Amino acid sequence: MTFASLPWLELAVVVPLCGALPVARVRDPLAAARWCLAFAGAGLVCSLVACVTHSEPGSAGALARLFGRPVFALDALSAPLVPLVALLHFLTALATGRTKMARVSFAWLLAGQAVRVGTFACVAPTDLAVFLLLGALPPYFDLRRRGRAARVYVLHMGLFAALLLGGLVATGTVAAVLLMGAVLVRGGTVPAHAWVTDLFENGSFGAALLAATPIVGMYAAMRLVLPIAPPNWVLEGIGLASLATAVYAAGLALVQTDARRFFAYLFLSHASLVLVGMELHTAISLTGALALWGSVAVSIGGFGLTLRALEARFGRLSLTEHRGFYAASPALAVCFLLTGLASVGFPGTSGFVATELLVDGVVGASPAVGLGVIVATALNGIAIMRAYLLLFTGARHAPGVGTGMTVRERGAVFALAVLIFGGGLFPQPYIASRHRAAEAALTAGDAETTR
Amino acid sequence: MTDLAALAVACGPVAVVAPLALVFVLGVPALVGAPLPERATDRACRALIAIGLLATLAVFVLMLATGDRHVVVNLGNWVSIHHPTDENAHYHFAVKFEYDRLSLPLAVLSFTLCGTIGAFAARYLHREPGYTRFFVLFAVFLTGMVTAALADTIETLFAGWELVGLSSVLLVAYFQERPAPARNGLHVWVVYRVSDAALLFAAVALHHTTGEGDFDRLLGTAPWPHGRAAIPEGQALVIGLLLLLAAAGKSALVPFSGWLPRAMEGPTPSSAVFYGALSVHLGVFLLLRMSPLIAASGWLAVAVVALGLATAVYAYLAGAVQTDIKSALSFASLAQVGIIVAEIGAGHWLPILWYVALTHLLGHACLRVLQFVRAPSLLRDYRELENAIGEQLPRPIGPLATAPGGVRGRLYRFALERGHLDALLVCCVVRPCVGLFLWLDRLERRWAAFLRGSAPVDGSSTAPRTDPTAHVAERRT
Repeated sequence: MTFASLPWLELAVVVPLCGALPVARVRDPLAAARWCLAFAGAGLVCSLVACVTHSEPGSAGALARLFGRPVFALDALSAPLVPLVALLHFLTALATGRTKMARVSFAWLLAGQAVRVGTFACVAPTDLAVFLLLGALPPYFDLRRRGRAARVYVLHMGLFAALLLGGLVATGTVAAVLLMGAVLVRGGTVPAHAWVTDLFENGSFGAALLAATPIVGMYAAMRLVLPIAPPNWVLEGIGLASLATAVYAAGLALVQTDARRFFAYLFLSHASLVLVGMELHTAISLTGALALWGSVAVSIGGFGLTLRALEARFGRLSLTEHRGFYAASPALAVCFLLTGLASVGFPGTSGFVATELLVDGVVGASPAVGLGVIVATALNGIAIMRAYLLLFTGARHAPGVGTGMTVRERGAVFALAVLIFGGGLFPQPYIASRHRAAEAALTAGDAETTR
Repeated sequence: MTDLAALAVACGPVAVVAPLALVFVLGVPALVGAPLPERATDRACRALIAIGLLATLAVFVLMLATGDRHVVVNLGNWVSIHHPTDENAHYHFAVKFEYDRLSLPLAVLSFTLCGTIGAFAARYLHREPGYTRFFVLFAVFLTGMVTAALADTIETLFAGWELVGLSSVLLVAYFQERPAPARNGLHVWVVYRVSDAALLFAAVALHHTTGEGDFDRLLGTAPWPHGRAAIPEGQALVIGLLLLLAAAGKSALVPFSGWLPRAMEGPTPSSAVFYGALSVHLGVFLLLRMSPLIAASGWLAVAVVALGLATAVYAYLAGAVQTDIKSALSFASLAQVGIIVAEIGAGHWLPILWYVALTHLLGHACLRVLQFVRAPSLLRDYRELENAIGEQLPRPIGPLATAPGGVRGRLYRFALERGHLDALLVCCVVRPCVGLFLWLDRLERRWAAFLRGSAPVDGSSTAPRTDPTAHVAERRT
């Protein structure tokens, strides 16, 4: 057995899952955080090795032997996404402040990592459906643990589960329509988006961030909807509903007075922009959407971690007046601006070329859709600058204790900055890999149509 | 290619890399919490700006020596994707820069003025808490200016355009302990985003029309201003109008002129180089670069002339009643920008006017920088002069005072209210949009409360009860 032939992908799922059980029994928050970091880091390493070696033949893991077929597999689409999801979990654990450790469930964080990495490692529709349904559980338990009402979340996830299972059972156009509905609910498309704002408002920020930022809805669309070669109007429906959501959520982000709701709408707008690329299912638009997906996950993830770090210092953040946090935390101000601008595709960041590609792809088929994407991006940019100016300018906020970034937070932000600027200054490898994934997805869809 | 031409191509990238290196030299230590000391910052600024300027001048000398008036520096494709069989399914983002009669003067002007103002600011901002922040943003601005000036593709120009916008806004909000600069910064940002959106849409439309974003495909390979647009008149008009909208936002043309006096909240060095000299002329530069489109469409030329003249008249009237020196200078600057824009539009009938406009731009930028940096000490100079001659200096009668009685009052009111332009934009665009989104937000909350089975939370502390962007209607304090 060679190094590459080890079942790294299965280990990337199993290691955090195994870690969740002993961490759940640790009572000391600091010790739990350390163990969580160790297991999340080990899972991240396994997923990175799996990503690097995925093109080489490997031996069947225990799950493959159990089911008689490979359960987890990486291809051009999922290869960079699996380590990205693991990295987001690792960085969230890393950037958790000591003051918040007692309120964070590290066991659920590890369980969530296992489920989400498993989701992105699945290819078969039934396996994916199981993981998608399992992925809805950690936020629910987080809401219950905090004593908050979970009704809005349960209603939406119930609808999602019904549509998903119905879509898997049905055939033909009905299946496509049901799966489209499932994708739209999971993606937080208007009007089925209330669960996202509810989760961010009532859940813990870290748990909500991890549940939302990987944009699982897009993965479901790529794996469940696109391969069955749905009628054009289904994909157009996803695209148009997503475009409407992107503009609508960007507009609402502009007028929010609570930072968490602002972030929730900002995320919804970005996630919907990613789904817009599905509408035209051309190689360029889909490449743009896939490239934007990774870029948004990294930049919005970093933006969320920065907001979370601010909340850890100053409590729930209101956007009704100038708060003057710059003097207290200049490094956080820079991170806020960098990650925020990266999410709207500012030059030099990973989102720039991705946004250009997406707009270029959609304008070719429909200038109106291209205009909608540009309007949403412009509104998001205004919302981010407004939030920055409200939070970091104004009369100097001078707390009695140090509120600068900790070493762990700096490490987390540095890792994200490397990805944001690395992908922005040297975009070709990443864009080429997304192009291969788009071509593969479109070829599979064409083959299904022919069949 | 001769040795001299090859040398020119080799020197070309240095002009872009030098300011970019300055961003990293100043920005990275600041990001890790160990900013460079003032002296090292000043030296890095001087050295890298001098390197960039020398490289640009070297290309200029080599162009004179070789007789080549159009040097293209192609750094290759930044991104390139191809479909194995479908010719239409390809995309590439080329990083190309060009040195010609238009880009070279603007690049030299950018380096010269930024070098001068950098040296001025090193003393002006000595021991200011935001010293490093100013110079990092200053370096970002210079990078954006040089990138936009030398760009040979519309995408590269857009990248530089955005960098200029961001640095400008953050410097407007430089004195961040007061809310007014932050509000004005947001106002400028909103106008810039509209401008950016128009430019991005135009860029993508051009990309699709010509298959590439390269200027030589769109405007022909002949050196500026002899290019010919490779698209029909109708398309030239539509794309030209989008570019005119982008230029109007960036250069504060009517109806976006309200942001220019607000931008004077920033420190004097940035006001001088941004809004007196370079940033405010970037929209003008865009119109000059796209002059073949103006040549292709008479209606576009008429629109450009009309907008330029309207801006010039507006700025002349508003500037006549300003009571602080920086606002007066900003409107004086805007009046000249309007005239330059009108000259560019008139170039459709008389192409020599494009050279006139370029010369006007360069001269105006230099004069205005001098006036801005002298502004803080002007009152003292006046006082010394009056002390020396023993009486008040003669005050010339303002232009509005000579207007006939009935018109005079209206003109004064129009000028004092700065043409009601901000109020017009707020009433017609901002308030309806914000009102709509606030109404939708209230519906959202009711819907969520219904799903939750609880009472609506309209009265909660986090629900927006007032217009959170109402400050855009406020006048600069």
